[in-house]
Amino acid sequence: MPEALQVRRVAWVGFRTLLYKEVLRFWKVAFQTVAAPVLNAVLFLLIFSHVLDRHVTVYGDISYTTFLVPGLVMMSLLQNAFANSSSSLIQSKITGNIIFVLLPPISYREFYAAYVAASVLRGLFVGAGVWLVAMPFIDLPMAYPLWVLSFAVMGGAILGSLGVIAGIHAEKFDQLSAFQNFLIMPLTMLSGVFYSIHSLPKLWQDVSHVNPFFFMIDGFRYGFFGQSDVSPWLSLGVVAVCLVSLASLTLWMLARGYKLRN
Amino acid sequence: MSIPAIRIDSVTKRYGQFQALAGVSLEVQQGEFFGLLGPNGAGKTTLISALAGLTRPTSGTLQVMGHDVVEDYRQARMHFGVVPQELVFDPFFSVRELLRIQSGYFGIRNNDDWIDEILGYLDLLPKANANMRTLSGGMKRRVLVAQALVHRPPVIVLDEPTAGVDVELRQGLWQFIRKLNKDGHTIVLTTHYLEEAETLCGRIAMLKAGRIVALDSTQALLKAFASHSLRTRLRQPAAGVALGGNDEGDGWVGFGFDAYADVEQLLARLREAEAGVEEIQLGEPDLERVFVEVMHRA
Ligand SMILES: Nc1ncnc2c1ncn2[C@@H]1O[C@H](COP(=O)(O)OP(=O)(O)OP(=O)(O)O)[C@@H](O)[C@H]1O
Ligand SMILES: [Mg+2]
Repeated sequence: MPEALQVRRVAWVGFRTLLYKEVLRFWKVAFQTVAAPVLNAVLFLLIFSHVLDRHVTVYGDISYTTFLVPGLVMMSLLQNAFANSSSSLIQSKITGNIIFVLLPPISYREFYAAYVAASVLRGLFVGAGVWLVAMPFIDLPMAYPLWVLSFAVMGGAILGSLGVIAGIHAEKFDQLSAFQNFLIMPLTMLSGVFYSIHSLPKLWQDVSHVNPFFFMIDGFRYGFFGQSDVSPWLSLGVVAVCLVSLASLTLWMLARGYKLRN
Repeated sequence: MSIPAIRIDSVTKRYGQFQALAGVSLEVQQGEFFGLLGPNGAGKTTLISALAGLTRPTSGTLQVMGHDVVEDYRQARMHFGVVPQELVFDPFFSVRELLRIQSGYFGIRNNDDWIDEILGYLDLLPKANANMRTLSGGMKRRVLVAQALVHRPPVIVLDEPTAGVDVELRQGLWQFIRKLNKDGHTIVLTTHYLEEAETLCGRIAMLKAGRIVALDSTQALLKAFASHSLRTRLRQPAAGVALGGNDEGDGWVGFGFDAYADVEQLLARLREAEAGVEEIQLGEPDLERVFVEVMHRA
């Protein structure tokens, strides 16, 4: 076999194996990594819909519960995508078994792609879980499945990349939870999961517009209702720019060997 | 001459102000069984990490089978297997799963025949399907050896592979590694058990504070540094000391000599001096003495 082809084959098998390992890692403990977050989201759904459903409608005639579900699906997806790459990396770093991934001929690009793809898959599993559990109780349309999927995958990839950055940068678990509690949680909570930003005062509407998470959730919701707070094309643009920037930053860190090969 | 298995050229490594490697140059030829010795903190693991691409040298270059470990890392890593010093493992998987995954990282699918063979050699077959968490320390160490071999690397580096391995398994492990060496693999070994290094390694480098302070064939090192020794217990130790001996207390006086022919002469002169020889011990040169002496001088 010509050498270039051989190298590409090795790289491809290496990537697939790392992806497989990362998926197996969360799948073996799916009770904690998939079932628990689904339950979490469902609890949110029960409580909020019970309290608010009769008082609030959105986009004219959509019930609050129906409005809430896509937001909760996306929030769970994003948080779990982040959790997957960040916790896997920090665990491997602390136990030292990260060397088994660093010794083989896996390039930083394959490394990045595998960790992010596994994060996206975990996010999709959890998101789909929330959606499936909610299905029997509400009448949720899906106007544009392709929009739904695009935002799900891109949002998952953005949070997966953030997870790679956090997992590599953090040296202890509490540094990771600081990242999670002070960045990821506030940004998701304030992104319009629980409300349409049109119901906010002007100032907070403006603040929401600098939160990239808002665009992920708003675009995602557009895929269900065909309606959203801002144009889905704008959301798509913002999300795509975020993804490209974060991917570049992460790849740059990995190429330099930041904290992994120092 | 064929490409050296390992070529290290003026490698330095700095951690902040601390100089872990201070300009190391070294070549290991294909097929060698090479020992890398040195006290704790000498820089052995740092050098191995640089070869494996786990750490980037501050300056200098390293090659494995002619492939630069930074520029041509894919080829370099395909040819390189490392048994790390630290006992690390992934608690999520069984031994076999782990070895399959490790094979995949190197682009190898369907590696079960070779995996079974390695597990057999390492006495791990009964544990093939056990979770890593449930293995004893020595077994985990052997899994590390197996992991380093999944891609049949021509160059294998073992960083203290026998730490915490019981005697019987240590013998087995050496037998296996010797066989690998016979089959053409280049072996580099670090160990603090100097008898092991002495019997196994054809050539040895000694490292101290990030520098190579001795580099030669094991035979030459034994010859050059530690002469044979003769210890005598004398009624008149002073007479022995006058002949150039070393007073070791309790009437014992030690002498160094190069060839057995010298012993006769020495004993004759002791008799002449009426030193009164009561006991004699002959000491073979051993690597431990060489090591102590080299570290002392450097
Ligand atoms: N990541 C690091 N940061 C700072 N110093 C380091 C780092 N890694 C190694 N060192 C230092 O470099 C020196 C060489 O360490 P190294 O692990 O290479 O020694 P060694 O020869 O393998 O010792 P041992 O026989 O104990 O395994 C030590 O003083 C160590 O403290
Ligand atoms: Mg060491």
